[in-house]
Amino acid sequence: MAKKIDVPFNGTKEQEEKLRAELAQLKKRGDNGLMIAALQKAQDIYGYLPEAVQQIIADELGVSLAEVYGVATFYAQFSLYPKGRYKIGVCLGTACYVKGSGDVYRKICDTLKIEGGQCTDDLKFSLDATRCIGCCGLAPVMTVNDDVYGKVSAEEVEGILAKYTD
Amino acid sequence: MFRSHILVCGGTGCTSGNSMKVYDALVDRVQKAGLENEVHVTKTGCFGLCAYGPIMIVYPEGAFYSQVKVEDVDEIFNEHIVKGRIVTRLLYKETVGEDGSIKALNDTNFYKKQHRVALRNCGVINPEKIEEYIAYDGYEALGKVLTEMTPQDVIDVILKSGLRGRGGAGFPTGRKWQFAKNSVGNKKYVCCNADEGDPGAFMDRSILEGDPHAVIEAMAIAAYAIGSDQGYIYVRAEYPIAVQRLTIAIKQAREYGLLGKNIFGTKFNFDLDIRLGAGAFVCGEETALMTSIEGHRGEPRPRPPFPAIKGLFGKPTILNNVETYANIPQIILKGADWFASMGTEKSRGTKVFALGGKIHNTGLVEIPMGTTMREIIYDIGGGCPNGKKFKAAQTGGPSGGCIPAHLIDTPIDYDNLIKIGSMMGSGGLIVMDEDNCMVDIAKFFLEFTVDESCGKCTACRIGTKRLYEMLCKVTDGTATMEDLDKMEELCYYIKENSLCGLGQTAPNPVLSTMHYFRDEYEAHVRDKRCPAGVCKKLLRYQIVADKCKGCTLCARNCPVGAITGTVKEPHVIDPNKCIKCGVCMEKCRFGAVIKA
Repeated sequence: MAKKIDVPFNGTKEQEEKLRAELAQLKKRGDNGLMIAALQKAQDIYGYLPEAVQQIIADELGVSLAEVYGVATFYAQFSLYPKGRYKIGVCLGTACYVKGSGDVYRKICDTLKIEGGQCTDDLKFSLDATRCIGCCGLAPVMTVNDDVYGKVSAEEVEGILAKYTD
Repeated sequence: MFRSHILVCGGTGCTSGNSMKVYDALVDRVQKAGLENEVHVTKTGCFGLCAYGPIMIVYPEGAFYSQVKVEDVDEIFNEHIVKGRIVTRLLYKETVGEDGSIKALNDTNFYKKQHRVALRNCGVINPEKIEEYIAYDGYEALGKVLTEMTPQDVIDVILKSGLRGRGGAGFPTGRKWQFAKNSVGNKKYVCCNADEGDPGAFMDRSILEGDPHAVIEAMAIAAYAIGSDQGYIYVRAEYPIAVQRLTIAIKQAREYGLLGKNIFGTKFNFDLDIRLGAGAFVCGEETALMTSIEGHRGEPRPRPPFPAIKGLFGKPTILNNVETYANIPQIILKGADWFASMGTEKSRGTKVFALGGKIHNTGLVEIPMGTTMREIIYDIGGGCPNGKKFKAAQTGGPSGGCIPAHLIDTPIDYDNLIKIGSMMGSGGLIVMDEDNCMVDIAKFFLEFTVDESCGKCTACRIGTKRLYEMLCKVTDGTATMEDLDKMEELCYYIKENSLCGLGQTAPNPVLSTMHYFRDEYEAHVRDKRCPAGVCKKLLRYQIVADKCKGCTLCARNCPVGAITGTVKEPHVIDPNKCIKCGVCMEKCRFGAVIKA
């Protein structure tokens, strides 16, 4: 269970307008099964899915908040909590795991004093264990936003994190 | 006419290694030199040899450059492209003959035993150009099907070819199609499972990235065979490059009239949509996948009714995985007999494996069914690195099991793998050496299934959790021999009482490792010892007195002050204080700290 971070919801009017416009677009396709696409759009806009955003989706799609919440919590892609400015992912796929990505992961937890799925208090770093990201040739692999670090060892972790200063 | 073609791998593995920057730099050099009409730079799908990425190949010489960095681009351009002198130092070593000549890629150990059917266009064509696919006989099979064959003819060919589903269970594809064709309904669906979730498996992703049109063409053929006009590709959102290339491919196919209404001037209509998965392993199960496309929590449904009768939105539906589809166009073009001539009696054709773990040539290989594990691991994969001993190979991901070293000569096909307690799965093949603890591996997979169980069935939701806890007891050294028996009993209970494939196969990694590596389990339980030196709780760090120079580095770095000793004298670790963080071992410059 992720540490609950009390970040007040501060979505802007523009974000809400954008979301409603996207939802209207989706509905126009007149297709079944819009929920997942709707949540994906919302997360693109807000970065996560706070209750207020789920409520907008529920209203627009004409379903209950419980149903939206049910889908949002089922899939790993969706987060109910904000993510850090720098999203760290450590691949714990089998290929990386047998080459020692578990040590890299623990080292990051220890260094940042967070667990997987959590975010540091200053919202700078968040950490997630990812499934295989598919570059098994580089195992073990960690990513920070779009930067990919291959053949990482636990000793290199602090140096990598130190590159992200602001 | 171009005098030179440069193919740069744009698969995920090479892209992560910055191959797109190499590509951009090459394009830039070519443009600045005004050679756009002489030198053609293309990005392709995966070449397969991911361990040596980023990869590029220059024709007509066939120079195969590996581990190319952006800094190398100038040299390659100035020397090779401008002056015609191959940059030997960057060539993949296996392609350089003793006299310095270039060997064909297909003569190297990695490629020699491979037979590329599903991967035939990967690393050959630009997946973002439909013209290149068409130039390689693309959409010819669809044309043949629509203009010369009846739907039943198509199904007969697929049946006769002996093609079985490449996603895991190996159900005969032709029979699946026949059920859906026979099923009555005003609307039918064709779905593609591209929700490849097995850790360590990336076959389907590479096909989508390298040859997306093959999947689109095959889905159109399937739609014609069963009488459908709408398809869905369910693909993981975590595969951004695959999603992007599929989107481009679908758009191009529509522009060329290969999707849409009256395809090839016939009455056949078919269109495709992409649905992004949102990261749930269970959605690889067919009924769960359909529930997810419908927009709900991806929980499986009981079968029967099977999807061929009542599938997506309650309509007859077929679902095949990416690799299965990638075989279809060629079976239509080259015939069922051609396909059936490859492989073993009950497993025809080829299979793509993602080789990973403790192996030299990490990457993607496609081999005829019936190839032995030894050939894959030693001849193609190059064996374990650092001279370590091969211990086991794991196939089938969290649903599969281990193949121990003494069964390495087993020919790989669906039935043989089941017989030895594993399964084909989608094709992940993880190699483990003597440094891997088999209990730890079983625990790793169980942790995965605990996480990914959708929670619908009690046996799976709670059973896997309890099984995981028992495994933790083993790796912590607190389990008893009785616990091992209880674990086995629980395994069978979970298998028998779960609704879908996830729960039914979740205990396989435990059963298989307990079967082949019982001694390792017993060492953890009886001797409180992890033979591979992996399980932390059972580890003891020691300082070898002969090697220790007394530099005090370890003592100064130990976070809990567990190391004592005087300068220039051998130091000692107090096991009661040691928290097994391993810092001493990392810091020691003399290799004096060992795991005991």
